[in-house]
Amino acid sequence: MEKAKKRQFGIIATIVLAAVIVLGLLWATAAAKQNEEHQDTLQRVEKLGRIVWGVKSDTKLFGLMNTKTGISEGFDVDIAKALTVQISKQTGVPLSAEFVPVSSSSKIQLLKNTNIDGTVSTMTITPEREKIIDYTNQYFDAGQSILVKKDSGIKSIKDMNASKYTVIVVVGTTAAEETKKFAPKAKILAVQDYATGMQALKAGQGQAMSTDNAILYGFATENPDYQIVGGTFTHGPYGIAFDNNQRPMVKETNKALATIKKNGVYNKLIKKWFSDVPGLDWHELEAK
Amino acid sequence: MSLLQNNFPTFLQGFGYTLLSSIIALIISMILGTFFAILQILPQKWAQKIGNVYVQVFRNIPLLIITFFFFLVVAKVIPMNGFAAGTIALSLYTSAFIAETVRAGILSVDNGQMEGARANGLSFGQSMRYIILPQAFKIALPSLGNQFINLVKNSSILAFVGGLDLMYQGNMVAATTFDTFTTYIVVAIFYLVITLPLSYYMQNLERRLKHAA
Repeated sequence: MEKAKKRQFGIIATIVLAAVIVLGLLWATAAAKQNEEHQDTLQRVEKLGRIVWGVKSDTKLFGLMNTKTGISEGFDVDIAKALTVQISKQTGVPLSAEFVPVSSSSKIQLLKNTNIDGTVSTMTITPEREKIIDYTNQYFDAGQSILVKKDSGIKSIKDMNASKYTVIVVVGTTAAEETKKFAPKAKILAVQDYATGMQALKAGQGQAMSTDNAILYGFATENPDYQIVGGTFTHGPYGIAFDNNQRPMVKETNKALATIKKNGVYNKLIKKWFSDVPGLDWHELEAK
Repeated sequence: MSLLQNNFPTFLQGFGYTLLSSIIALIISMILGTFFAILQILPQKWAQKIGNVYVQVFRNIPLLIITFFFFLVVAKVIPMNGFAAGTIALSLYTSAFIAETVRAGILSVDNGQMEGARANGLSFGQSMRYIILPQAFKIALPSLGNQFINLVKNSSILAFVGGLDLMYQGNMVAATTFDTFTTYIVVAIFYLVITLPLSYYMQNLERRLKHAA
């Protein structure tokens, strides 16, 4: 009897403890949700005198971590710097730019948690994402493409519509859904970042890696055995993202973006990063 | 909770793969772990050496690196998908810890047991199988339970190599719904569904064996 009672108590205690943990986490979610709605990014930025930008650390040409300095370098980073200078001029508040490495899957959460103020991270503007975050006007025109081994015989994404093919994508990008539309029978292998994706492609875990052409160009320059085939099959321009309902910040950034496009800063950065990419007509990327 | 409803088949698939990987890894790691534990306490010096090297290598390398080694390097020679690579890595990694646990169990069995068994005419293998190991496992049971629970949680390594497990599906759901926090709570609950009964069962087993003695 004594033992049965003890056991019963143990079971009840376990259930109660589990319930407390679950409820606690749910409460924390609700609290986090409440928090995120009442912060104005522009006000915060002006008060602290800095803009914390989320940038990629694994994407050649856009945001690639320099292992010596520990700082990301690329088109996105330079755009963020130029925008910071321009916004500083517009608002009359001296601002510095700080950079935090983000991944495709973490950036939205980091925005929501206000770990970063905004993100310039090869982020495609999609209607689903627009529901929960704010985008500026497009700052780069991109489209999805595939990278394959030169002797693979694959000519376009349509050739891969068979269950024997696996397409490698990165978690949190739009590539998985788009690939399903164009090659519904192909398997999808989602990895954590582009570097792992490229390694998996080399190891034969998939026959193609699919993401935006701009990113694939970076890998094609590094790996001469691989090539981009079939051109782009989607149109997905990149935007700079802020948390939801940050109209003042978006307005300032759009104004700054228009200015750097007009005064030639933007074109200078396009030339700096994309003029050496083989097979890419960088003049097409310039702002007109 | 609508997140759970909308993605229930996805979570369930992940749950299945996590469970499958855990069970396979548990069986393989138990066999390998026991084998290398015995190797380490054999009187032959070379056997001890092999057992020792095996344990040190797999115990002291991060699980992620072992997984990537199978997924990216070994796969070039022997084609294997992420699930296989992750499960193999998990088995080897855990077996090193189990080998240490079982070895400690064997060493804590009194020397007289082995001497008695041998004196009664049992061979070394027989004494091991019928006299020493049953006692050793009983002693090692609490820490073995720990290893099993760790194994289930470590199976989330599959997510990094597209192993379709719970964590992988969680990442996918989080990426499409953008509701990271809720998704991972759901994932955590699914892990608890495996680990809580497991730890309860181990406790129960411990208690029963204690009285059996």
